[in-house]
Amino acid sequence: MNESIGSPLQIAGILIGVILTAAWLIWVERRMIGIWQDRLGPNRVGPLGLGQVIADMIKIFFKDDWIPPFADKAVFVIAPVIIMVTMLTAFVVVPFAPGIGIIDFNFGLLYFLALSSLAVYSAVLAGYASNNKYALLGALRAAAQTVSYEVFMGLSLMGVVMLSGSFNLREIVEAQRDGWFCISQFFGLLVFLIAAVAESHRSPLDLPEAEQELIAGFHTEYSGMKFGMFFVGEYLGVTLSSAMIVTLFFGGWLGPVLPPLVWFCLKTTIGILFFVLLRAALPRPRYDQLMMFGWKVMLPIALVNLVATGGVALWLES
Amino acid sequence: MNIAAVITSQFRSLWTVLQHTFTKADTVEYPEEMPALFPRYRGRIVLTRDPDGVERCVACNLCAVACPVDCIALQKAEDEHGRWYPEFFRINFSRCIMCGFCEEACPTYSIQLTPDFEMCEYDRQNMVYEKEDLLIDGTGKYHDYNFYRVSGKSIGGKDKGEAENEGEPIDIKSLLP
Ligand code: SF4
Ligand code: SF4
Repeated sequence: MNESIGSPLQIAGILIGVILTAAWLIWVERRMIGIWQDRLGPNRVGPLGLGQVIADMIKIFFKDDWIPPFADKAVFVIAPVIIMVTMLTAFVVVPFAPGIGIIDFNFGLLYFLALSSLAVYSAVLAGYASNNKYALLGALRAAAQTVSYEVFMGLSLMGVVMLSGSFNLREIVEAQRDGWFCISQFFGLLVFLIAAVAESHRSPLDLPEAEQELIAGFHTEYSGMKFGMFFVGEYLGVTLSSAMIVTLFFGGWLGPVLPPLVWFCLKTTIGILFFVLLRAALPRPRYDQLMMFGWKVMLPIALVNLVATGGVALWLES
Repeated sequence: MNIAAVITSQFRSLWTVLQHTFTKADTVEYPEEMPALFPRYRGRIVLTRDPDGVERCVACNLCAVACPVDCIALQKAEDEHGRWYPEFFRINFSRCIMCGFCEEACPTYSIQLTPDFEMCEYDRQNMVYEKEDLLIDGTGKYHDYNFYRVSGKSIGGKDKGEAENEGEPIDIKSLLP
C-alpha cells in the first residue's frame, strides 16, 4: 500500500490548512494563556482579535532581515528552513481521514520519528552559526535534550506497534476500532506526551530557549522572517505532535456520528489546547533535573511498558 | 523527595489553571471603559493655590532636589511683601516617572499629583509644561492649608509671632522670665 492517495488539490489543501493552523496557533496560544491568567489576550485586531496574526505577519515581514557579521552566513540562513521543512514534510504521513492524506506509507511511524529527530539540526545549527554564547548554550541543551528524549519517544511507541502489528499509521488507527490505545498503552501515552513536549521544545521543557536564563537560546540572533520561521516551526511541531498523539492513542479519525475528518480535527484541537495548558500551568525544570527525569524515570517506564506489552501480547496469542 | 507529591502537584496545577477558564477576566478595556482611579492616583502634576487664591509655591526647590530624574526646573523670585514665588516653574513630563516624591517633599502642599494620565503628545516639546500649564485655580487635595498662616516666616502684613498656634517671639538676650 505504498501508493500516493492525495490528489494535487488535496495536497495543496492540507499544506495551506496546516500552515494556517500553525500561524493561527500564535493567536490561540496568546488568547488561551490570557484566559487562564484571568486576562483577555489580544482582542483588538478584527473579530475576537483573529486578525492579530495578520498584523504580526506584516510586522515581521517588514522587519530588518539582519544577519550578524560574525555569523556563519550560509548555515545561519539554512537553520530556520530546516525546521519548517522537516515539520511540513512530516505531515505527509498524517492520516487525516480515510482517503484524506498525502501518502499511505507502510513505515509512516518510523518516517515521523526520523523527521522529528532531524528537526534538532535546526536548533543545533542555529546555535552554532550564531557564534553567540547564549545561542551555543541553547543549542547544546537542544542537542542533549532532544537526543535523550528521542530514545523514549521511539520506545514508548513500540507498544502501539506491537498491539496493532503495523508501522502504517492508517492501520494503527483501524486497529483501535475496539478500544483506543490510550487505555491499554497509558504509560506509553504518558512517556510519548512528555517526549513530544521535549522534542518540540515547548514550555515547560523549553530549556533550549529558556528566556529567563538564555535570552532566547538558540534563536537569540534571529530576527524578522527567520525568527518567524522558528516561531511557526514550533507551532507546526505542536500541531504535528497533537496529530500524532491523536492518531496513535486516541483513535485518529474514529468516532460516532460526525464525519471522520471532523473527529480528527476536533481531537487534534483538544491536543493542542492541552499543550497550551501545559505551558500556562507548569514551571520549567532545571536542566539536570530534566536529564535525570529522562534517564531515571522515563526510560525505565518506557522499557517496562515495552516488556509488559510484549508479554501480554504473547500471552493473548498463545 | 516524595515522588507521589511531585506528580500530584503537577496535575493539581493543571487542574487549577484549567478552572480559570470560567473566571472573569480582570482586564479593564481602557479606551472604551475608564478604569476607576483613586483621588491619590499619581498622574499629571499640578501646582495649587492656597484658600485665599494665592499660589502656594514658595520656590524652595525641595521638589526639584527630591526628583530622582531631575525633571523640575524653577527660579525663585520675591514679591513686594517679601513673599517668595517661582518666576518660572517647568516640569518635563517626558522624563517624569510619576513617583510622587516631589509631592512628598513639598512643605506647602503646592505640588500635587492628580488622577489623570492622558497626556500623550505628538511633539516631544509639548511634554514640557510651564507654570501657566501647571497652575490650577483650586486647592487640590488639601483645602484649608495655608503655609504662611502657620509658618513663622514674617512677610508683609504678618509679623513674627502672628501665625496660627505661634507664641510671641522670645527675646533670647533678655534675662527676665
Ligand atoms: S513625580 Fe517624581 S519624577 Fe515626576 S516631577 Fe515629581 S519627583 Fe520628579
Ligand atoms: S512646589 Fe513645593 S517643594 Fe517645589 S519649590 Fe514650590 S513650595 Fe518648594
